[in-house]
Amino acid sequence: MITTTHYQLLSAALFIIGVAGVMVRRNIIIIFMSIELILNAVNINLIAFSDSLQNEVGQVFAIFVIAVAAAEAAVGLGIILAFYRNKETINIDEMNLMKW
Amino acid sequence: MGQAIAFYVIAAVILGFAVLVVTTRDTVHSVLFLVLDFLGVAALYVLLHAPFLAAIQILVYAGGIVVLYLFVVMLVNLKRPPEAHSDPHRRGKLGFWLAGAVLAELAAITALSAKLPPTAPLPAAAMPVVGNTEQVGWLLYTSYLIPFEIASMLLLVAMIGAIVLAKREL
Repeated sequence: MITTTHYQLLSAALFIIGVAGVMVRRNIIIIFMSIELILNAVNINLIAFSDSLQNEVGQVFAIFVIAVAAAEAAVGLGIILAFYRNKETINIDEMNLMKW
Repeated sequence: MGQAIAFYVIAAVILGFAVLVVTTRDTVHSVLFLVLDFLGVAALYVLLHAPFLAAIQILVYAGGIVVLYLFVVMLVNLKRPPEAHSDPHRRGKLGFWLAGAVLAELAAITALSAKLPPTAPLPAAAMPVVGNTEQVGWLLYTSYLIPFEIASMLLLVAMIGAIVLAKREL
């Protein structure tokens, strides 16, 4: 029998894979994809609870999360392109213009 | 039984492709694994009786966002792989330990919350419609109309911002 706890554990594992990707990788495009994985883990949680509580509001919030993810991807990739044009790199270790 | 088999197969697909997305060297391969991962999540939504969200997931994520990523990977010429240069001050192992700590915390919360008595289903809003898509649409255009409009405004702002950022000169 698959309960909400199973979905929560799957979501937690997906979230952690995303967090590890953000903290370990140096390619900023991979880091953005890891953020998408994290947002997907949140959506899985929302929809699992929406299913177990028999309430569609969770699905509405998942739609808002998807909208925010789309906006974040568009603006973030625009920033990556502008940065690459100036500095010729997408390695976050070389992005230290504002480092003290 | 069938539901359990479907859940475990889909969970294995999602987690396996997620690990591949994070670990693959080639960025283009990573983006393609991301598509497969999103398709697995869409299958999970179908299992959770949310077919509208599954369609949105495929259209927006697998169809839209991933194409955006592919364009950027193609535009950004990676002659020198970004992993080649490494900062001597960087502590890569620390990231794994922090991720492991967060996982332990999340697993503890999940295990504790599983012991709690199950919550009674909330009284559903009186909806004059039946069917998943109709119910989600009804909620979006009645109780959540203002957040819906704000989300559309956010998308408009993001669109303009992306054009301004990616433009060569203003």
